Amino acid sequence: MPWMIPNIAKNLTGSPATRKYPFEKRPYFPGTRGRLEVDFLTCGYCGLCERVCPAQAIKKIGDKKDPDVTILYKPFACIYCARCVEVCKFGSVKIFEEHTAPADRKLTLGREGEPVDEEFVLNNGF
Amino acid sequence: MPRMTFPFGPQHPVLPEAIQLKLTVEDERVVEVLPAIGYMHRGIEKAAEKNPYINNVFLCERICGICSFIHGMAYCQTIEEIMEVKVPPRAEYLRVIWSELSRLHSHLLWLGLLADSFGFESLFMQCWRAREIVLDMLEMTTGQRVIQSTCVIGGVRRDIDAEQAARMREMLKTLKPQIDAVIPVFKHDYTIKSRTVGRGVLPKDQAWKLGAVGPTLRGSGGAWDARLTGYAAYGELGFEPMVETDGDSYARTQVRVRETYQAYELVLKALDRLPEGETKVKVKGFPNGEAAIRVEQPRGELFYYALGDGTSHLERLKVRTPTFVNIPALLTMLPGCEIADVPVIVLSIDPCMSCTER
Repeated sequence: MPWMIPNIAKNLTGSPATRKYPFEKRPYFPGTRGRLEVDFLTCGYCGLCERVCPAQAIKKIGDKKDPDVTILYKPFACIYCARCVEVCKFGSVKIFEEHTAPADRKLTLGREGEPVDEEFVLNNGF
Repeated sequence: MPRMTFPFGPQHPVLPEAIQLKLTVEDERVVEVLPAIGYMHRGIEKAAEKNPYINNVFLCERICGICSFIHGMAYCQTIEEIMEVKVPPRAEYLRVIWSELSRLHSHLLWLGLLADSFGFESLFMQCWRAREIVLDMLEMTTGQRVIQSTCVIGGVRRDIDAEQAARMREMLKTLKPQIDAVIPVFKHDYTIKSRTVGRGVLPKDQAWKLGAVGPTLRGSGGAWDARLTGYAAYGELGFEPMVETDGDSYARTQVRVRETYQAYELVLKALDRLPEGETKVKVKGFPNGEAAIRVEQPRGELFYYALGDGTSHLERLKVRTPTFVNIPALLTMLPGCEIADVPVIVLSIDPCMSCTER
């Protein structure tokens, strides 16, 4: 087995193939579809994102003229296809490179990306 | 020794797929096999009728994680055929690039799983390490590693710019030595040869008769590949099917080994010849009519049929996946083999149960 010797030497002296994860993080590629956010300041509440969403993960609650109109978003139903980002005329739906943080339950996010009350979500049939 | 029947699967240390084979054995020899499928049925064909036709691309991509891009592409081609949409040439080349990258990562994954089925852990790790580079390329160019969601009706959503193309060439340069390091083991290693040569033989006439597709057919000497129909840009890129004649597990492995290199070359060729222009055309209206499309997945020929009735929802979507038609071929390979060879022979058709059951 003499042909193995260079390989053995390389394996003994070389660095590991894996990354030392918490200390060395893999950089995201530009354009990676990770976290989604809705900017409520510029949102025109047209409901187009809700119409195109293949996973029904985003929903407009209330009418455009209501003062308490809002957009609800389920990050754990979302498939991160970025269709909503494509169709948004106001540029309010933004996609970021880092991935959604894990959670202990399937949250529904409302204004400012804060989790909303689950009863409110159920009452609105979402 | 009386006959004994016992279940092999759906949960098995070696088998990554949930297929149950009821094996009837005499001593250590398999004499009869009865498959049971249906552990992964999700009703995707029915769900496709309840979605607007544009959104079905994302659903079809989720039929299978390994060949997701090719599923999405097949669906897009079917709808484009019905609606008579002409896809721009650049989009067709980009589709070839991504589908060949999918093939590359699928074959590397499979080679790793084959090594794993012999208990060859380090080779499995090396194959998957090479695959990681391919997944990085997919993430860089499409935005996600496994479910790319890039193919849409009328073209593609993403473009590969000059900077990305240069980076891809660099990555392909680093990938080549890694593939070169593992492939000789699959070709010449004594252990692998002793486990695959002459095991699970499928004669050519049987393969044609049972309708085997993909590497299972090509390993038996059937020179058919759906890419010969010249869909997307394959007609312009020049393409030869990889054929082996022995029909055993080793031949099927060699077909995939050679296809790995071929996919690598095709990606480079398509990158070199990438034409300028649009990547997408606007699609208006609803599909009215029917079409059937055949494309080549890493596992074989994939068949899509869609029937539209002029509304936003399809009347019917039918998907026939390669593993579904390779299972009869598998059942003719197994009788006569030893129990220890069953996992290797099952793996040699590259089963994909999530495709099969949809």
